[in-house]
Amino acid sequence: MSPLLQTFANGSALAYRSLSAAAAGDYESIATVTGTGSNFEITFNSIPSTYAHLQIRCFVNDNNIGSAINMRLNGDTNANYTRHRLIGNGTSTSAAGGLNLTQIPALGNAGLPTTSLTYGVFIWDILDYNDTNKYTTVRYLSGQDSNGSGGVDFGSGLWLNTAAVTSITLRANDSGSSFTTASKFALYGIKSA
Amino acid sequence: MPTTYEPIATTTLGSAAASVSFTSISGSYTDLVVVNFTISGNGSASLTVNGDTGSNYSRTFMYGDGSSAASGRSSNASSFTYTVGGTTNVYSATILNLMNYSNSTTYKTFLLRGNDPSGATAAHIGLWRNTAAITSLTITCASGNFPTGSTFTLYGIKAA
Repeated sequence: MSPLLQTFANGSALAYRSLSAAAAGDYESIATVTGTGSNFEITFNSIPSTYAHLQIRCFVNDNNIGSAINMRLNGDTNANYTRHRLIGNGTSTSAAGGLNLTQIPALGNAGLPTTSLTYGVFIWDILDYNDTNKYTTVRYLSGQDSNGSGGVDFGSGLWLNTAAVTSITLRANDSGSSFTTASKFALYGIKSA
Repeated sequence: MPTTYEPIATTTLGSAAASVSFTSISGSYTDLVVVNFTISGNGSASLTVNGDTGSNYSRTFMYGDGSSAASGRSSNASSFTYTVGGTTNVYSATILNLMNYSNSTTYKTFLLRGNDPSGATAAHIGLWRNTAAITSLTITCASGNFPTGSTFTLYGIKAA
């Protein structure tokens, strides 16, 4: 997509990028993992450092177990994560926070759908993931609707570590979960100028 | 790495219109994103897929209006209804994600963020209970017409 161009009488020009989408070449597909029908976690390894931000777009069912989906960075299983969220369950809203977590949960209230044709969806943004001067911040928008039940969950998380992010794991709460073969986890990189 | 997030089509209204449609959508992407920038007379718009107006849609949503937050849902609806701005000259930006839209084995799920600077900010999750691949979208103004200058842009995102 070409940038918008504003020209002036003196011959100078300003170029703008769209606010609604990345310009062509700025948003790239890095890798996609699909469920195997028996795994309850997936990992993106060896993430290149050539982007400014990462985005993961997920379409998930865990064989009707109804688990939350959690994120871990660089394989860190220690209590180095925090999280704040706002959720709607179809009747009311609530907000919650968590400290000293071993992972960042999403859709913990509603959980994944428990019907086989219905899938939960997640969009995770991992911001400034290469910066070694500050902790890493993530945000997510997630939800599932099952025609009469479900919820929407909007949150942010922090990894209390200054290391560059080189791997990301997404895992179900319940080790009895298994991601269906139609489940899809897609990692994208967003460049900066 | 393969580049993606491609603009597929854009509609800019030269005159007021009750609805906007995208048809013959290619199945070659993984997700679709619709960005619409518009106003509705009663603060909402509705999405139907593949011309289906049966009772096959549902949603769960939450919003904050500057003083309180609330959540609600609708089931067995004839469309996926969502928040847009309802104030004259105040266009709201809505970003609608249609995930894994071209598969033919699961129901389709929509994830939406509504941003009405004059009224509320909202998040919606929607379901279309049909396993067909999505090939067309129709967005209808819930009250009156979408005004001149409204924009509706469809993007495709393709996973590796």
